Parts: sequence; C-alpha cells; structure tokens
Amino acid sequence: MSLENFTVMRHELLLTLAFLVILLTEVFTGEEKKERVRILAVIIFAIVTVVGFLPLPEGSIFGDMFRATRTTSLMKNILNIGTLIVFIQSYSWLGRAENRDRIHEYFMLLMTTLIGMNFMISAGHFLMFYIGIELATIPLAALAAYERFRNRSAEAGIKLILSSALSSGILLFGLSMIYGTTGSLYFSEVAAAVRDMPLVILGFIFFFSGMAFKMSLVPFHLWTADVYEGAPVNVASYLSVISKGAAAFIFIIILFTVFPIIIATWEKTIWVIAVLTITIGNLFALRQKNMKRFLAFSSIAQAGFFLLGFIGGNQLGMTTVIYYALVYIFSNLAAFGVVSVIAEKTGRESMDDYDGLYRTNPGLSIAMMLAMFSLAGIPPVAGFFGKFFLFVAAAEKGYYVLVTIAVLNTIIALYYYLLVVKAMFINRNEAPIEPFKSDSMSKLGLAICLAGIIVTGFASSIFEMIRNLSYGI
Amino acid sequence: MADFGYTLWILILPLVTFVILGLFGMKIKGRMAGLTGTASLAVITALSYTAAISYFTGGGLADGVYQKIIPFNSVWLNLTDHLHIDMGILIDPISVMMLVVISTVSLMVHIYSLGYMKGEKGFERYYAFLSLFSFAMLGLVLATNIFQMYIFWELVGVSSYLLIGFYYDRPSAVAASKKAFIVTRFADMGFLVGILLLSFTTKTFDFVSLTALDGPAITSTGGALFLGMSLMTWSMLLIFIGGAGKSAMFPLHIWLPDAMEGPTPVSALIHAATMVVAGVYLVARLFPVYYFTAPEALHIIAWVGALSSLLAAIIATTQTDIKRVLAYSTISQIGYMIFSLGVSGYGDHDGLGFMASNWHLFNHAMFKALLFLGAGSVIHAVHSNYMTDMGSLRKYLPVTHITFLIACLTIAGLPPLSGFFSKDEILTAAFHHDKILFAIEYAVAGLTAFYMFRLYFSIFHGVDRHYHHTPHESPAVMTVPLIILAFGSVFAGFLPFSKLVTSDGVPFESHIEWSIAIPSILIGLAGITVAWVMYRKENALPDKIASTFRLSYRWAYNKFYFDEMYIFVTKKIIFKHISHPVAWFDRHIVDGTMDGIAWVTQSVSSMIKGFQSGQLQKYGYVFVTGAVALALLFIYIL
Repeated sequence: MSLENFTVMRHELLLTLAFLVILLTEVFTGEEKKERVRILAVIIFAIVTVVGFLPLPEGSIFGDMFRATRTTSLMKNILNIGTLIVFIQSYSWLGRAENRDRIHEYFMLLMTTLIGMNFMISAGHFLMFYIGIELATIPLAALAAYERFRNRSAEAGIKLILSSALSSGILLFGLSMIYGTTGSLYFSEVAAAVRDMPLVILGFIFFFSGMAFKMSLVPFHLWTADVYEGAPVNVASYLSVISKGAAAFIFIIILFTVFPIIIATWEKTIWVIAVLTITIGNLFALRQKNMKRFLAFSSIAQAGFFLLGFIGGNQLGMTTVIYYALVYIFSNLAAFGVVSVIAEKTGRESMDDYDGLYRTNPGLSIAMMLAMFSLAGIPPVAGFFGKFFLFVAAAEKGYYVLVTIAVLNTIIALYYYLLVVKAMFINRNEAPIEPFKSDSMSKLGLAICLAGIIVTGFASSIFEMIRNLSYGI
Repeated sequence: MADFGYTLWILILPLVTFVILGLFGMKIKGRMAGLTGTASLAVITALSYTAAISYFTGGGLADGVYQKIIPFNSVWLNLTDHLHIDMGILIDPISVMMLVVISTVSLMVHIYSLGYMKGEKGFERYYAFLSLFSFAMLGLVLATNIFQMYIFWELVGVSSYLLIGFYYDRPSAVAASKKAFIVTRFADMGFLVGILLLSFTTKTFDFVSLTALDGPAITSTGGALFLGMSLMTWSMLLIFIGGAGKSAMFPLHIWLPDAMEGPTPVSALIHAATMVVAGVYLVARLFPVYYFTAPEALHIIAWVGALSSLLAAIIATTQTDIKRVLAYSTISQIGYMIFSLGVSGYGDHDGLGFMASNWHLFNHAMFKALLFLGAGSVIHAVHSNYMTDMGSLRKYLPVTHITFLIACLTIAGLPPLSGFFSKDEILTAAFHHDKILFAIEYAVAGLTAFYMFRLYFSIFHGVDRHYHHTPHESPAVMTVPLIILAFGSVFAGFLPFSKLVTSDGVPFESHIEWSIAIPSILIGLAGITVAWVMYRKENALPDKIASTFRLSYRWAYNKFYFDEMYIFVTKKIIFKHISHPVAWFDRHIVDGTMDGIAWVTQSVSSMIKGFQSGQLQKYGYVFVTGAVALALLFIYIL
C-alpha cells in the first residue's frame, strides 16, 4: 500500500491532524492565552472544510474495509459545514469563565466524534462501522456532561452513555446474528448472502433498533429530550443535527447496499417507524414550553421525515435524504443558534420568554422566523423544497397513505412552529427579553445558516449535483 | 449573432440593490439610498440600450429573421421528465423593446423621485421597492417560459401593492392597495389555470417551443371541446384573463383609478408605462399561439380592447381628479393596444396590428409617463389633485406646461409626434379587419383629444385661482426627466418599427395610409377645438352640456357604476348568500371537527407523556420491548 492510498482518507486524516494541532497548542500555550484556542480551532476547521471540497481520489483501502466515493465525500462535506457552524456558534459560550480551562477538550471531543462519523460513512465492513459508531458516541457523552458542575448536564451525560451502551449491545447482537447466517461482515459479502429468513430478519431488526437509537426514532427516542435539555445548547444542536444527519447517511447507505434483498421487510419496518416517529414526535413537541425540549421533540419528528426518503429505495430517495439533511442542518442550527444566543445572554429558554421578542430584538426574531418557516416547510424557504421532494420520492413508489399521514403531520408541526413565531411577533409581554447586541461570531453563524436556508431553496443546481451523486438499489 | 451573456446583470443588479436598500436602508441616509438606487438603474439602462442596439443592428438577425436568443437558462424545478420550470433570459424583439421602455421610464422616475419624494418618511423604503419592482418587471419580460413569467408576474403584483400602499397611514391608500392586489390576484387565478391547461395539452412551458410554428402548441388539434370551445382556446382565454387583470381591461379595470393613491412617480412607472402593459406583452408574447390555435380568443380580445378604450375614454371626459383622468386615459390607450393585437394577422404586412400595438406601447410609455410626471409636478406646486383647484398655471410652471402640451398633442395623435404614427397603424389594421371596431376606435380618437385638452386647458389656462402661496416650477431633478421624456414622445415616431418588431420576426415596409390618417387628424383637431371652446376660458358651457345630458353625464361621472356593481355582487350576493352560509358551516362544522381533532391530539399527547418519565430503566425497557415487538411483528405476522 503506497502513501497515495492514504489520500483516500483525506477527510479523516485532516481531522486527525487538526485534532493533534489543537492538542499541541493546548500543551504549549500559557494559562492566560487559552482563549485563543477558540479562534485557532475555528480557523483550522474552516480550512479543513474548504479542503474537503477539493476533488478526491476514489477507492478503497484496508482490504475494502474503508471505501471512499464521491457520495461519501459529499456527505462528509455536509457534516463538515454543519460542524463548522456549531463551532462558530459555540464561540462566545466557550469564552465563559467556567469553560475557559477546557476549551480544547470541547473541540477535540467534537472532532473525534466527527472522525467517528466519517469512518462510519466510509465503512465497508461492519466492524469498521461499529468502531466508527462508538467513536462517534462515547465522546458525545463526555460532551453532554461538559458543564459537569450542573447536575442536569452530568445527568445528560450519564443517560446518554447508558442508553447508548444498551443500544450498542442490541446492535452488536443483531450483527452477530447476521454474521452467523451469512458468514461474513463485509458489506459486499453480506449483501450477497442475505436471505429472507427469520434469523436474518431478527438480526436486521436489532441492527435497525441500534440505528434508530442514533437517529432517535420512536420508540428508541426516549433519551433524546432529557439529554438535549441537560446538555449545553451547542452540544444539543450538534447531537440533533450532525449526529442525526450522519446516522441517516450511513443508515441509507447500508440499507441500499447491504440489505437490498430484504427490501420488502425494511420497507414495512420503515413505514411503521416513520408513522410512529413523526406522529409521536409531533404530539410531544406540541406540549413543550422549554425551547430546548421543544426543539428536541421537533427534531424527532424531523428525523421521521428522513425515513420517507429511505422507503422505496430509489435514487430520488437518496437524493432527497441528502438534500433534506443539508436543509435541516441549516434550519435547525439557525433555530438552535438563536436559542443559544438568548440563553447565553439572558439565561432564559422558556417559550413564554420569547413573547414580544420582535419589539426588542427584531434581527434575532426574523432569523428565528425563517428557521421556523423552513422547519415547518413553508415556501419559498429551503425547508419547503426539502419536504416536497421527500413526499415526491415516497409518492413515486406508491406510498400514498404514508405521504398523507406525513402531510397531516406537517399541519400539526406548522401549528407549533408558528406558536414560536406568534410568541415573538404578536404576543405582548410585560418583561420582554432586553435588547442586546450579539457578538460577531454568533451573527456570523446565523448569517451562514440563513444564507443556507435561502440559497439551498432557490439554487436548483445543488439538488441536481446531489442527484448526480446518488444511487438507488 | 452577438453574445448577450451580460443581460444577466440586468436582473442581478436591481435584486442586489433591493436587498442592500432593504437590509441596510435604515442605516444609510435617505439621499444616499436614492442615489444608490438611481445609479444602479443607470447601469441597467446602459446595459439595456447596449442589448437593444446590438440586437437590432444585426446582432439578432440571422437570414433576415430576428431570432429568439437564450443567453442564459437553467432548469430550476423538474416536475416530470418532460415538464420543467426554467429560469432564464430570452432575448427577442419584444423583450428587447420592453427592456428599453422599462429601463428608460424607470430611470426617469428614479431621478424624478429624488426631488418629488424628498423629505418623505420612508424614502429608502421607497427606493428599495422601486428596485424590487424593476427587478420583477425586467424578469417578467425576459422570462423564457410562461411559468417563470408567472412567478415574476406575481412579484410585480406584490411590488405594485407595496408601492400603492406606500403611505400606509392613509386608509384610502391601504384600501386601494388591497383592492389592486385582490382584483389582479383574482384575475391571476385564471392565468394560473390557463397555464396549467396549456402545459397539459402541450407538455411544455417554454415560449420558444410554444410559439414555434411546428411546435406542440400550434400543431395541436386544440384538445377536447368544452362548452363549444377547444381546450386550447379555453386555456388561452384564461391566460388572457390574467393579462386583462394586470392591464386593467373592462370589467377588471376597477383597481387602476384607485391605485392613483400611490405616489405620483409610481403611477407613472407602474400604472402607466410598465406593469399595466404586461397584459399586452403577454398576448404579444403568445401571439402565434393565439392566432393559429385560438382565433376565437383573439376575437374576444379585440372586443374587450375596443370596449375598454371606449368606456374609459367616456369616463375620462367627466373626471375632475387629474390623476384619475390620466388613469382612465391609460385604460383607454391600453385598450387600443389590446385591440390592435386582436385585429392583427400573422406575418409580413398582415401582422401590422401586432407591430402597431407594440409601437403604441412604446410611444405610450413615453408620453404617458411624461403626463404623469407632469401631473406630479403640478400637484407638487398646488398641493391638490383636483382641476377645480387649478388654472392659469402656464405662467408659473413654464417647463411643465410645454412638456405637458407636447404630451397632450402626442396622445391626441397629431403629426409628426409619435402617437400619430402608431395610432394610424392601429386604425389601418382595424380598417382591414372589422369596420365596426374601426368606427369605435375612430370615435375614441376624438374623445381622447377632447378629454386630454379639457385637462390641459383646465390646468394651464382658465382662471387664476389666487393660490395661497405662489406655485413655483419644480427643481431640475424633476424637470429634466420631463424634457427627456418629451424628446422621446416627439421622436419615437421616427423609429422604423416595422423593421424591428414584427409578428414573425421578418422586417417589412409600412407606410402611412393617408386616407385613414387625414380623417383621424381631423377628428383629433375637432376634439381639441371642442375642448378649446369649453375650457379655454371659464364659461357656462360645460355645466350647460352636463345638465342637458344629465343622466348620461351622471352615468359616466360615476364610472358607469362599475364599483357599485362589484360591491352589489360581492356584498349582496356572494357574501350574503354564499359566504355567510359557508362561514356558518366553517365555524360550526369544520371548526368543530378541528377542535375535536385538536382535543384528541392534546389528550393523546397527555396520555403518552408517561413514557417520558426521565427514568433511564424505563427507557431501556421501552427500547428493548420496541425492538422485540418489531421483530415479532415481522417474523410472525407480516
């Protein structure tokens, strides 16, 4: 294996390099200069993101355990963009006195999870995939407990690690059954050997449950709200957007390339889970008063929409899933960005606190409104096109009942997203959130998200580009 | 053929200007905002003229035919394998001509507004909206397909709504903006249905393939018959309804006079020169389809145009608000253009009506913008819209007076001003088509001369009203655009239009038919003379005539009670007998069901909240149960 082969792993290697740079900087900077790690990390990561877009050699290494194609590198680039926005949004929060001595930890842990996700996406073997998934999960538990002096944050960390241990156990159990029946863990060999028999189905369902846990699909979602609420806002937004997006990407790859033979089974599974997830996510979101819990449940419902693209197993489905993930990253990060800024400046995160926000902070309110419109799927912002294409993909395969249920659910979703807009623009408030000036980094983060929301909606070339890289069964 | 790639900037620039002024307008000084908008428009104008000159001086010709050039196109939304919505730029004689019209008038209005709107609250908002309008209007004329046109069509409607309601603290302006929006939107519904029907029969939105003589539209058999007309005819008629709404044709004209509540320069730009001719442009754009597949629709179009021009001209003779006179005159003149398309044939000299219609559109944009801006200058000086408050202003406003007089002579159709040439061609086309319609338009020509000079004499001659403070001429930023437009009105008649804009793209020779032109000059002069006698000096004649023909005068004065009819139909019939029962059904049955669903949703939601207990062991329990249940479900049941 020559050195050039390693360029196939460019995304992972770059991230590792960035990780090491931050580690060394941390070691060699004095106590009073620690804060500068923040800006360094953002700049390095921005470079990593840009370099990721350069053309990449395709191929596989490690005896086909690691595969890189243009599709996987597109997925990684999307995750990079999202992570960059999270980094930018974390900037001012990390500047707080209590976080100052652990700034590097935050960046290093996040980059580690991102490396894990990249390995997951590029995996060609279930072991590689499993290592990726653990690498992506365990540091996240540490991050959820980042503000360990807060009980809720510590609780979130513990809850995440314990539930993910359970889910990993079940996932491994499922994989072992698949190994038992097919005799291999290579994706290509499993795909060839899979048959529609009870043990395989059982194994698949357990594997499915493990993935459903990562995507927080109902009924494997219960950890989500507690963890999101307890974890720092920026970690929660990373969990809800990047982690979920990565899980959706790898899930669709595995479904399409490893299990095409039992498509009849997983289509039905996805049908059931999609309906459960969208409906129950919405029903819970309806009742939430805390903005973080609200976004947690709404993101559960959003995850259910991804499944509409999975079902049917066609190229359009994959295109729409990737496109929707991109749109969702921008929209949800914009919403989390606003919540994070407000929580950071005023410590208020209840929906009632947002009453009359427009009068005091019009800029933030408009940003939030666009994010809500996009999440709810109101044209002409990107969220509309994302949902529209998902519905088209599912309807093209004849899943009219599913699409109808999904459309009905978007109406419920519209109701609670508009509640936020109503609170900000219409409701009156005796003690509204005071006007404040956000720092330039938060503004930058929001600006990127909003530009994304608008541009991804209008520029059809993005959709076309994704379509050219997607494939069906 | 020349490269027209740069025309993309014609669309990008106003959009960028709108975004900048919209986002940062509050932060920069009003004057800077105005200058930014004007500078950007000056560049657009330069680009438009460059495009027009290079197109008409050979850049657009191939084998002696003007080509449809698409310098930029991208697929925006794929609907099916064949049907897709594109965003692009189409360069052909009429779109290039419209570019010149829009950019010229818009630039004049931008400059003029620097003086007229000076010191108004929301100056930067005004310029932001003007940029938005320019963007939408330019996008409309450059559209490569009917759906793109529809999108910009709606955007034009929105910007018109915003500008009519610019003085949002005046209830009348708010009401007028709503009326304009609702009426045009109502008509646009027809447009949309028409587009859908058209694309259903032809499987394309594209203008180039729609108007190609061997394309799917023109070679189609017309589709199934419905109420005696083919599907194609229906779709083309529905599309025309959209055009009639925007162009304020009877009976959808009622919004235009009210739209005069907007600032006067806006009336000049949107409600005289550009947006209101969108309907004419639409029919011209699809003209081959109308001519070959929907001749019945074209016949209806001719009659709608003729009746609009007649009725509006009659109403205009009785109004006293000078902007409303001009508004009715606009309806009347657009009626001319629509009518002219309706009587046109296709190809070579048969397409005279098509050429004349576009020519008149061009000339009308110049002289009507001039009239409105002149009226603005008058209003600026005397602070009133009513001609009863005016008189003898020629002494105080010399530049306004001369330019206004030129515009009046132009619209009255006296040679050698531009209006004469285009009107003569329209009448010639009508004469060869239908004698009744020809007679109507002849009468309108006389009426036009009469009401315009009634306006002119009442404003600039007659009694001196002893003004509170002496009216004074407007500043140069306002008078220079007047002078430029006056030049346009005078000399546009010498453009060899039949060599430039023709129905099939092939240039032909046109000449003045004196046997028609001379009577039309005479009837114009007659109109002017009557106005001279009645309004040159204040006398009792007008009142006497009004009281002699009291009944018809009152009819015309009250605009034939169109507004009242609409109110009767909407309030007394639709609201009372349809809306109220529907509202009852909505409130009790539909809302009841919805409330029921909401109640169920809420109670289910609180029933299942137990799952979210916060206890990890329960989560694990649900997780494992869920996985096992799924497995059992798929292994044993499904």
